[in-house]
Amino acid sequence: MKKIHFSRSSLGIPYGIFLVLFVVFPLLIILFYAFTDGQGRFSAENFIFFFSNGKTLGTLAYSLGIAASTTAASLLLAYPAAFILAKGRFRRRPVLLMLFILPMWINFTLRMTALKEILTVIEKNLAYYPFMNTVIGMTYDFLPFMILPVYNSIAKIDDSYAEAAMDLGAKPAQVFLKVMLPLSVPGIISGVMMVFLPAMTNYVVLDMLYNSTYIMGSLIGSYFSAYDWHNGSLISMILLAIILGFSLCSREFAGQKEERTGGIRI
Amino acid sequence: MERKDNIIELQHIRKCYVRDTPVVDDFNLSIQRGEFVTLLGPSGCGKTTILRMLAGFEQPTAGKILLEGDDISALPPHARKINTVFQKYALFPHLNIYDNIAFGLRQKKMPRDLIEKKVKNVLEIVDLEGFEKRRVDSLSGGQQQRIAIARAIVNEPEILLLDEPLGALDYKMRQEMQLELKSMHQELGITFVFVTHDQEEALTMSDKIVVMSNGVLQQAGTPQEIYRRPANAFVADFIGESNIFNGAKTAQRRVAFAGAEFECEDGYPAGTLVNVMVRPEFVDLTEPQAGTLQGEVISSIFKGNFYEITVQSGKYEVVSQKNREIAVGTPVGIAIRPETIHNMPRDLKINHMTGILDDKLCFQMHDVSIPIDAAALDADWTQADGQVYDGAGQVIETAGMQVELSFSPADAQLSDDPEEGVFQGHITTIIYMGDHYSYCVQGKNQEEYYVNDEYLWNVGDFVSVVVPPGRLHCRRVKEGEQ
Repeated sequence: MKKIHFSRSSLGIPYGIFLVLFVVFPLLIILFYAFTDGQGRFSAENFIFFFSNGKTLGTLAYSLGIAASTTAASLLLAYPAAFILAKGRFRRRPVLLMLFILPMWINFTLRMTALKEILTVIEKNLAYYPFMNTVIGMTYDFLPFMILPVYNSIAKIDDSYAEAAMDLGAKPAQVFLKVMLPLSVPGIISGVMMVFLPAMTNYVVLDMLYNSTYIMGSLIGSYFSAYDWHNGSLISMILLAIILGFSLCSREFAGQKEERTGGIRI
Repeated sequence: MERKDNIIELQHIRKCYVRDTPVVDDFNLSIQRGEFVTLLGPSGCGKTTILRMLAGFEQPTAGKILLEGDDISALPPHARKINTVFQKYALFPHLNIYDNIAFGLRQKKMPRDLIEKKVKNVLEIVDLEGFEKRRVDSLSGGQQQRIAIARAIVNEPEILLLDEPLGALDYKMRQEMQLELKSMHQELGITFVFVTHDQEEALTMSDKIVVMSNGVLQQAGTPQEIYRRPANAFVADFIGESNIFNGAKTAQRRVAFAGAEFECEDGYPAGTLVNVMVRPEFVDLTEPQAGTLQGEVISSIFKGNFYEITVQSGKYEVVSQKNREIAVGTPVGIAIRPETIHNMPRDLKINHMTGILDDKLCFQMHDVSIPIDAAALDADWTQADGQVYDGAGQVIETAGMQVELSFSPADAQLSDDPEEGVFQGHITTIIYMGDHYSYCVQGKNQEEYYVNDEYLWNVGDFVSVVVPPGRLHCRRVKEGEQ
């Protein structure tokens, strides 16, 4: 009887098929819809429309603003927390890290409803500060995605680097600025990537906090619910391009450091 | 006359990471300006802790560190004129070689052109000219090592600390770096404090070796002193190859060990119990009748530049180094010249034994089995129905627990009834101490008990050691202790 031998590379075949079927092929479909009109002919009309229409450009700007503010707020909150958890007096206390991650396990709707109630108590009417409310909601939602990669990359920095810096005459502030911060950049980049894109598209947070402004995600949603697959696909493609450009830039910026100090590469 | 110029003085240094369990205890050391000092000891002996206290990464729990007479114990690392070469180099991976070396100079706000000159100069010293723009991870281990040294010495420190810097290098590279470090030390004139567990490295490089064990200084001296006249059996055993025997002085110039009497040159009075050390290269193998001891070769191993020959004489094994092979089974004599016998007085204040508890709360060591009272292990513990309970009534698992027993020689007595005492053995030495005799009793497994007894027994008598209840102290050995 002939035995069937699997080589190691043949183990990858199912995944290859999966990737083609569920990643490459759908992407091609989206690309096709983005640059065709209703008759299936090639057309750059959608493209031109998006970049000449004040409303869509305004949505893009508003999305970028929300995403940038959310990312900045998450980073400002997450970095000190991650630093203290990784290097401070509470190091090796996974329970504390757990407490930061724990909200992720509570249902999203419940958390947002609770936040909405709290904000309503404080602000009386949520309609007064839609932008700020959205940033607060998203920051609350995405904070764990920022803390985890930043924590990982800081925790991996060997203590001897900080000691070497002190030994060479650096005061604590200098140790942080010249050694710890640069060595944790890969984690920061991972965290930014994890937060920025969802913040551009996650319109559920807006809806739940009664923010009636459109962001990129809501734009896609409304096009698709109006059966305008072409414009919806085009906006998806634009988002893809933004993220791609973003990650190429950050890779250039981080150089080869990621392999050394960890962080999730996207 | 050379002027005494101590750059560093460590006075009664004690360091506890956990309360009341010192990793370094009552450590005193003076280091002279320009010296190459090596802290040597097995891992966990506290040598790195000493180095970290010198660098300022740790503060001593008690004691003072004086740098040129000023107490620097509480000074942070950045304020000390001391630089460190780290074990794993700790070169900053996000900076290139130039920025790594310039790091310390920039902290001092030195002008740019001066920094450039100094970096260039120091790269020449470590023989890596033109490496300024290279990335840290593009360098080999040996090159990183040199950069780490360059980064430290460019600051012109008073003292350079080196924490096992050669540990990660391969053998050939290590030997090369040893010599290079030594010549660098002579060139720069900086005081070097070097930490290693490698005795060969310490002997090769140091002006002064400081041998440590369990946080306590064992001996400090020149390599020659340490090698030729070790202060105790630990140092003798740790530095180089050695034969160590238990012995006793029988007369001013005579010492008994390994079942025979030898002439020696030290001045310890007759009756002193000693550890006798003889280096293998000083053990002469002769015709059987020409030696003080007779024996038979049981192994002969080729070691490159010599043969390591082990001779069995009675129950003792003696190791010798010879440049010719002697066949296994050859009867030989062992002769040792008086000047090569080194005697080290033995400290026998107290008897210590470590063993394991079994499930019946009995202390087990070799074939000795002693029932233990739970309350003796911990004041809160009680015993009932073969179980041990703590203060809160919880059951304590005692099986497998490490326990140390101790008793003072003065509390014990000898008995000729083997059943009367807990330990049995043959008397190996007797010393008359005026009003009593000090005996050494050796058990079946070479374990030794010291007993003071007012009655006279004979060498070779089979006796048991009687320790009255309450005089046998026991103590739990905490994890991490040896």
